Amino acid sequence: MFLNYELQIGNSKSTMNPARGSLLGIEHLEAAEILRLLKFARRMNPDKPRPLLRGKRVFLLFYEASTRTRSSFETAAKVMGAHTVLIQSFGSSIEKGESLLDTGYTVRAVGADIIVIRHPNAGAPYVMAQHLDVPVINAGDGLHEHPSQALLDAYTILRNKKTFKGLQIAIVGDIFHSRVARSACHLLSKFGVKIILCGPPELVPEIAATLAPGVRVTRHIEDALRGTDVVMLLRVQTERLAGLKIDLAEYIARYQMNPARLKMAKKDAMVMHPGPIIRGLELTSEVADGAQARILEEVRNGVPTRMAILARAMGKMR
Amino acid sequence: MTTPDKNRTSVRKTSLLIKGGHVVDPAARIDAPMDVLLKDGRVVEVAAPNKTKGGADEKFDARGLIVAPGFIDLHVHLREPGQTHKETIATGTAAAAAGGFTSVCTMPNTIPVVDSVEWVEWLRQPERGAVVNVFAIAAATRSSKGVTLTDFRALQTAGAIAVTDDGKPILDDSVMREALVLGGELNFPVVQHAEDTRMTENCSMHAGARSFRLGLRGMSAAAEASIVERDVQLAMHIPNARLHVAHLSTADALKSVRRGKRAKARVTFEVTPHHFTLTDEDMRDYDSNFKMNPPLRSVSDREAILAALADGTVDAIATDHAPHAAHEKEMEFERAAFGITGLETALALAITRLHREKRIPLARIVELFTAGPARCYDLRGRGSLVRGSVADVAVFDPKKKWTFDAAKSLSKSRNTPFDGWQLTGKVVATVVGGKIVYAG
Repeated sequence: MFLNYELQIGNSKSTMNPARGSLLGIEHLEAAEILRLLKFARRMNPDKPRPLLRGKRVFLLFYEASTRTRSSFETAAKVMGAHTVLIQSFGSSIEKGESLLDTGYTVRAVGADIIVIRHPNAGAPYVMAQHLDVPVINAGDGLHEHPSQALLDAYTILRNKKTFKGLQIAIVGDIFHSRVARSACHLLSKFGVKIILCGPPELVPEIAATLAPGVRVTRHIEDALRGTDVVMLLRVQTERLAGLKIDLAEYIARYQMNPARLKMAKKDAMVMHPGPIIRGLELTSEVADGAQARILEEVRNGVPTRMAILARAMGKMR
Repeated sequence: MTTPDKNRTSVRKTSLLIKGGHVVDPAARIDAPMDVLLKDGRVVEVAAPNKTKGGADEKFDARGLIVAPGFIDLHVHLREPGQTHKETIATGTAAAAAGGFTSVCTMPNTIPVVDSVEWVEWLRQPERGAVVNVFAIAAATRSSKGVTLTDFRALQTAGAIAVTDDGKPILDDSVMREALVLGGELNFPVVQHAEDTRMTENCSMHAGARSFRLGLRGMSAAAEASIVERDVQLAMHIPNARLHVAHLSTADALKSVRRGKRAKARVTFEVTPHHFTLTDEDMRDYDSNFKMNPPLRSVSDREAILAALADGTVDAIATDHAPHAAHEKEMEFERAAFGITGLETALALAITRLHREKRIPLARIVELFTAGPARCYDLRGRGSLVRGSVADVAVFDPKKKWTFDAAKSLSKSRNTPFDGWQLTGKVVATVVGGKIVYAG
């Protein structure tokens, strides 16, 4: 193994295909593979140790802040008997200017069997996967994708709605800056779910409708909610706006989810949010804590879903 | 104005007869089997096969090959002074020779910026080891900061053939106006990198469906078109102003240029092989060898450029050869350097995409590499094989199929999206000042 690594550095110009078991995005994942993952996740119980990854080393490379994703990957890995090593940009050589690939080669040399990476730049996990011989799991890359979130959301939807058939979802908020929205659109579109993206033009450009089949854009919250089974709310990512001016008061007036608006959706509509939620902005506390909210259930489902993702990475999803 | 070959010591007192080839010289309206005799660094005879009168010390058998004036690239980055880990004048011009280019115009965005007479002269010293003619394009403003114009007159006298702040635009309206006024007085082209950088902050590819899908912030076509429109308007209203639009990439900018040309403004422009070959849909897996500025545009932009190539509107094909070391490219797409190499693939891409696929006549393609660029910057004695011209010649096989292997490139860098591409049309020999500098 070590020899392989040496060879690779000597030939670092050449790119390879991502290692089997990598999860870089939802866009190019087949529907059957998604179902396999979701099915396996249902068999995973975070309270029962399942040592499929005994002795393996899972490196968590977090170049960006995270609460849910990081703790849930870490928990999933530990339940399965793996060692985890957390590397954050703060307090590591990344701070000293080490390049992404050099950090990758380094953790591989230390003995990483799986690399889970969260990064502020779209495509960073691709760069890693093309140069390393271990599975790379995308834990969120810039504005691009957040595949494990889409999978745990699909898992949560299926637990509540039994089937994707005939479903309609409204995704309300900052679509432009949302990797969650992009991954969710790719995933749900593969199963024929009708997807309505709702928000102001700065946050929901018309071009968003080209993301996947069955996606449309609306500016009107009533239009988005009518007949909707799933309402997914997104945070306005003020840290990524980069000069974009958003009038938050106006946003709240037009798009904030409150009990009155929620009534426009189907009676049994479920409310989802990838978190972190900002009470009083994209949703009110009544909605966040209400009976229709599934926000904490999403977080809970993150662990079995990520157990399935890690098992798949090691070829143990059987 | 001095011409670079005055300084060249390589003009040999010998003669070379290029025999049996098919001469394509659009400026002289020649497209026929001809022999070409070069002597003492000049073209002395272009005659029907076996009809040249003078003798030759050396003969080159060009049977089955096209013999054209040496190619001229209006836009290269040779990275000297200051960034020799990417390229040097010696390696960059070696790559140029392999691509049939006998003259290259090097951009001033080096470290330091070429904004003084001293640096223009430095670029042309024999110590640089140039294999082909190097013409300096000097900075239009001091340190290319876009504020204070450089000394155009002195730079021109020192041998600079144009001015630009390439890599960035001259954004300020009044500075651009001043540059065009002064350039007009001196008959000196002002070259614009048209990009409204206020609209492209943190952007790494063309704004469209693909950039949205990939989660990359996009540069809108309007960021280019708005600057080109402003510049064309200025050029139309300033007497004798000469505007050259570098690497034009959008249909909207093309409309402005067409309008300027119709109004008889002195507006010229170049397009690159990558912009007429690729679109934003071609980038895969965040491969930064598809990252350059201006970015690969939409299919409709490319179609507009192809139409302008076919109908004669485009003045020149230029490569925007922009070498970068591997460690500057193999990283997060958004952080990777802009630019790709292009000298060794330009002709083959033109023949493959424009001639074979789009049926653009070979003579038109040769014009875009020779007489067209020579006119843009008044490179006298170049771009044609008419008697008395500088003995710069490109000999190529328009039918030869080959595979481009970036690892074998003569450039110091390998950042090309065309690695492994099967192409048609290959340079067989390049002659500079009567001397064969490349034989493939």
